[in-house]
Amino acid sequence: LSICSRTVEPLEYYRRFLKENCRPDGRELGEFRTTTVNIGKCLCSITTADGSALVKLGNTTVICGVKAELAAPAVDSANKGYIVPNVELPSLCAERFRSGPPGEEAQAASQFIADVIENSQMIVKEDLCIANGKLAWVLYCDIICLDYDGNLLDASVFALLAALKNVQLPLVAINEETGLSEVNLKQKNPLIIRKHPVATSFAIFDDTLLIVDPTAEEEDLATGTVTIVTDEEGRLCSVHKPGGSPLTGAKLQDCITRAITRHKEVKKLIDKVIKSITPK
Amino acid sequence: SVSPGDTSVLAGLYGPAEAKVSKELPDRAALEVLLRPKVGLPGVLERSREQLLRQTCEAVVLGVLHPRTAISLVLQVLSDAGSLLSCCLNAACMALLDAGLPLATLFCGVTCALQPDGTILLDPTARQEQEARAILTFAIASSERKVLMATTKGSCSVEEMQQCLATAQRAANTVFQFYRDSVHRRYSKS
Repeated sequence: LSICSRTVEPLEYYRRFLKENCRPDGRELGEFRTTTVNIGKCLCSITTADGSALVKLGNTTVICGVKAELAAPAVDSANKGYIVPNVELPSLCAERFRSGPPGEEAQAASQFIADVIENSQMIVKEDLCIANGKLAWVLYCDIICLDYDGNLLDASVFALLAALKNVQLPLVAINEETGLSEVNLKQKNPLIIRKHPVATSFAIFDDTLLIVDPTAEEEDLATGTVTIVTDEEGRLCSVHKPGGSPLTGAKLQDCITRAITRHKEVKKLIDKVIKSITPK
Repeated sequence: SVSPGDTSVLAGLYGPAEAKVSKELPDRAALEVLLRPKVGLPGVLERSREQLLRQTCEAVVLGVLHPRTAISLVLQVLSDAGSLLSCCLNAACMALLDAGLPLATLFCGVTCALQPDGTILLDPTARQEQEARAILTFAIASSERKVLMATTKGSCSVEEMQQCLATAQRAANTVFQFYRDSVHRRYSKS
């Protein structure tokens, strides 16, 4: 009789489940955790933000708040606004994160989100320009993890998308005589979102097995991770495989196919939520 | 130091050396990568690249042979004329080779640029990178040419990505031949 303890030999414990093609929390290898999303001022409770969303992927909880401010565009790109994403992993979300300057994981996640926005062209920076060379919008997107149970990137991308869909920008006019900007808070227009990128993360176990939507425990035991970001046309916005076990091209293709399927589910969920909060 | 074209990166590897108690791992070597840009202080982009390089190196270095030690890899960008990440990957692998660390497999970095008209360009210059629709960087392992690391910039279709991957795997042969020649040259002198 061999007793395999979850804390003493976590890898052996996991291998037993993986042999039966399932995981300790009862999921299949290709099954995602329950995804819930709350958008907007009434449900999401960030009343001071211009757009906000709360996403729960199982236990992983990520909140995104978008604030829009005005600034002068850069000299070399006078017709472009700015989008500044920032991912924070405060020490309350998991015991491995200490308070202080952002660690490598938070910075790498921020760079990943910035790349996704840029690659997918979900918001074209020219749309954020109000007056060429004089005034443009800056969107500060703050993504804060409240509970870290693995799969941070998927939840962050989803939260960002949901929050941006919720953003209403007031109309700004530049007074010809004074040269000052006048913000009309009564008239608001939603942000133009051109593409809807969705991220799907996989963990690689023992160089061969691919499991979808890893929890924090699974991420620690995994020998590598892959994150694929697709948009609604089936185009790849990002393939992010930061090292880890080597994969063949065929396995990568398998991940991409699953990512495309996941995209459809997530898009349906977002559309349903947006429809439920739009005032009729 | 590796310089394809005008991009130049200097790599220094230190280790396996004694690790600080806060950083040491009980069963394997702790790998640390520092990437210093040519100008300015390292920012979020460098951190993200360091994470890519670190996890790629961790997958190949047999860290279990040197527990409770620290291996530090420092990369200094001397000049950037395109394909910087793959240059850093190549420099990292050659530094690991030169230090004589036990490795499971060698790896090389290959950058592919997808032109607006659909043609694939290998090792693009900075100008070609700007004009390209998408830039894909792969770290290809020497055993069975599997993919160790993949990063993309810009969007592309799935078929295009597979084509770039196949091209990169073929190009990896040239880079591995270059490794062999360099090591041969180094050891035939002394």
